[in-house]
Amino acid sequence: MYIIIGGGGDIGYYLTKNLLKRGHEVLLLEKGQARYQTLKEELGQAVVRGDACEARTMEEVGVSRADVVIAVTGEDEDNIVICQMAKRHFKVERTIARLNNPKHEEVFQKLGIATVSPTRAILSLIEMELPSTHYVPLMTLKNAGLEIIEMRIPADSPVVGKMLRDINLPRSSNLALIIRDKQFIVPSAETAINANDEVFALASREGEEALRQMFGVMD
Amino acid sequence: MKIVILGCGRVGAMLASKMDKAGHKVSVIDQSRDSFQRLDPQFGGETIVGNGVDEDVLIRAGIKDADAFCAVTNGDNRNIMASQIAQEIFKVKKVVCRIYDPIRQSTYSELGLEGICPTAIGAQMFYDAVTKDKAGAMDSTGGDKPKAK
Repeated sequence: MYIIIGGGGDIGYYLTKNLLKRGHEVLLLEKGQARYQTLKEELGQAVVRGDACEARTMEEVGVSRADVVIAVTGEDEDNIVICQMAKRHFKVERTIARLNNPKHEEVFQKLGIATVSPTRAILSLIEMELPSTHYVPLMTLKNAGLEIIEMRIPADSPVVGKMLRDINLPRSSNLALIIRDKQFIVPSAETAINANDEVFALASREGEEALRQMFGVMD
Repeated sequence: MKIVILGCGRVGAMLASKMDKAGHKVSVIDQSRDSFQRLDPQFGGETIVGNGVDEDVLIRAGIKDADAFCAVTNGDNRNIMASQIAQEIFKVKKVVCRIYDPIRQSTYSELGLEGICPTAIGAQMFYDAVTKDKAGAMDSTGGDKPKAK
């Protein structure tokens, strides 16, 4: 695959390195002179100095034959424009944008731009490390409309001591895995829920609400 | 009508002052409070300090019941994104956006975003000014016939 990446920050740099290692043809665009020099020492010809928002720059690096354009600058407005120009002006099949500010998720979604949100991912990961947290949204499977969530079962949860066969799980939700005392359990009908279990579940948005209510993990 | 203007540079400030004078309800957004000094001393509209691609800032500026939105910061991408937020999320009827890059301007006009490109307009005006001067000696457009002096 030929992949063009806009923005040579940490994400752009490591992404380029990884994709090159996997055998892809990768081109990284960085507009800052100083940063470009640093990147060039590491990545050689895979990095070009230029602005991925500029149509002429994109033409020079052969955007019309690119399979994917990825925008990972630190500015959401730049990432939006890189993706929209690639898609509309150059007819690139696939674009992916880094979403810096989670507030902008709706506008990216309305404009049909696929995003990855490092900010949200980091928040989730840190929340998971906090002992007081009982519920963490881990990941959204956008195409299926599903969420992967983690629930840490509080001692006063209404389901503690109950077997799964006696719990009427909400529709469109499914328990995938339970971690108890550092061991993992694949849940079956006979599995009982204990306090402090870490439960990983798949659920639709509505299923998720109902599931959390049922398991008593609202925060 | 109610209009929200993003960016209080020379164009933004002049536009805001003009609209205010004409009796419209105006709010201007800029990241720096100092920029509001460019407004006419008689300006009676609202000024909001904040980032124009932040929905909460736009809401504070009253975008929810605005009839028009103009994005005139000096960043094309910022203008484009803010305008798309105004159009797609807040459904503002009239959205106009400054885009310096002519290529970006034409791509976004295909996407239904009304853009004004000062680069193209300015270049054309210079072209006309130069070629139409001096009895049209340099006129190569075949347009207006030079007037005999």
